[in-house]
Amino acid sequence: MSETDEDTQTEIPPDDTEVDLEAEFHSSNVQEVLDKLDRELVGLIPVKTRIRETAALLLVDRVRKQMQLSSETPTLHMCFTGNPGTGKTTVALRMAEILHRLGYVREGHLVSVTRDDLVGQYIGHTAPKTKEVIKKAMGGVLFIDEAYYLYRPENERDYGQESIEILLQVMENNRDDLVVILAGYKDKMDRFFHSNPGMRSRIAHHIDFPDYRPDELLAIARLMLAEQNYRFSPEAEKAFAQYIEKRRQLEHFANARSIRNALDRARLRQANRLFAGAGRKLTKRDLMTLEPDDILVSRVFSEGRPDTVDGAVPENT
Amino acid sequence: MMSNHGNRITQGQFSFLPDLTDEQITLQIKYALKNNWAVNVEYTDDPHPRNTYWEMFGMPMFDLKDPAGILMEVNECRKTFPNHYVRVTAFDSTRGWETPRMSFIVNRPKNEPGYRLIREERGGRSMGYTIVPYATDKPEGERYV
Ligand SMILES: Nc1ncnc2c1ncn2[C@@H]1O[C@H](COP(=O)(O)OP(=O)(O)OP(=O)(O)O)[C@@H](O)[C@H]1O
Ligand SMILES: [Mg+2]
Repeated sequence: MSETDEDTQTEIPPDDTEVDLEAEFHSSNVQEVLDKLDRELVGLIPVKTRIRETAALLLVDRVRKQMQLSSETPTLHMCFTGNPGTGKTTVALRMAEILHRLGYVREGHLVSVTRDDLVGQYIGHTAPKTKEVIKKAMGGVLFIDEAYYLYRPENERDYGQESIEILLQVMENNRDDLVVILAGYKDKMDRFFHSNPGMRSRIAHHIDFPDYRPDELLAIARLMLAEQNYRFSPEAEKAFAQYIEKRRQLEHFANARSIRNALDRARLRQANRLFAGAGRKLTKRDLMTLEPDDILVSRVFSEGRPDTVDGAVPENT
Repeated sequence: MMSNHGNRITQGQFSFLPDLTDEQITLQIKYALKNNWAVNVEYTDDPHPRNTYWEMFGMPMFDLKDPAGILMEVNECRKTFPNHYVRVTAFDSTRGWETPRMSFIVNRPKNEPGYRLIREERGGRSMGYTIVPYATDKPEGERYV
């Protein structure tokens, strides 16, 4: 024991040791993930900037560790706030990959859970449930969606509190083993932190996800269609822009998720349209193209209400 | 050999070696996870070699990516049963195997008194042999205090 202590003592690099951040950055392959983030996610500039900054911080921290300027693992637990469908889960997946490439988590997988996965139904049920989830997330990232539902102040015997306490312990003692990302709406998250200061103090990075602008939503729609080898005809794109305008005003609007759902329905209608027009000669182009009809029959136009509920169901309160 | 020098019980893998360190245990678990085996923590204070069914400490662990969670359970079990035998087993559920593929001791009582050898004289000058752990003279839970 004393021998290794001496070893590390003598190994402290002198202050003028050269540091090649650039090389560190390249060898971590983080750029690849950042590029993918840029390419696959429309908009989200503030989020992308924050992630870049966080990656830089972690990289510098890693080099500082090599130079023995710091020894502790930095707190990496994060909180993503934003409305439904603004890309929180998607970004969390990328974050897990970034942390993996920088060597802050060993495996880099994401375990995504909500209250039901953590909190039990009866006494003695919660601790094993929460621990099982934590064990699965070790080596990676534990993503807790709508984390504030863990805390139900109106029921003082709620088992959520037990789960929170286990999480707090693990977030403090197993910082090398897993990173926790909490996600949810901003105002509810703020209230949650207010009543759980222990949780707030363990979270180092807060990232806010803005709602998408209509033009960004349209760009997201194009991207989603392209991924599945579909596209809008020029008129269909105009119709979809109108759809976005109208849909945004209605209830349960869930940003990019509403777009994905609307496109799913449009594809269904396109398939029906192609069938109904049987006998007519079809081309490959017909199979790829969405027409205005596939969009305009939506209830959003005829009745001014959503076809289905896209987002998280709002609380009754 | 049922008991050996110092009466250290030898069962499963690695039991002739000095106790595994946590790092060594972690590497073994990593190997099990790499093979998609379900890992299990078990304990007993009845270490007779024919006692194959030890008590389970919690559920078997499926779908884990990293050994840290299992080591956490091992430590939890050591804390609860500091003077029991604790072992880690890895179960292979693939068809044709359906059996534990690994098993090794990760905790032992401070004192292991070993086994008494009993000779039974039978008819026709034949001899029967059996072993009895000294510890099991006492009831469960009081054996290694
Ligand atoms: N900027 C974007 N560019 C392209 N696709 C996006 C973008 N943001 C989100 N999406 C897509 O929208 C869908 C919903 O995103 P995601 O699940 O990440 O949202 P969320 O914020 O986690 O929502 P919730 O709060 O309801 O869980 C996903 O299919 C995702 O691929
Ligand atoms: Mg989500």
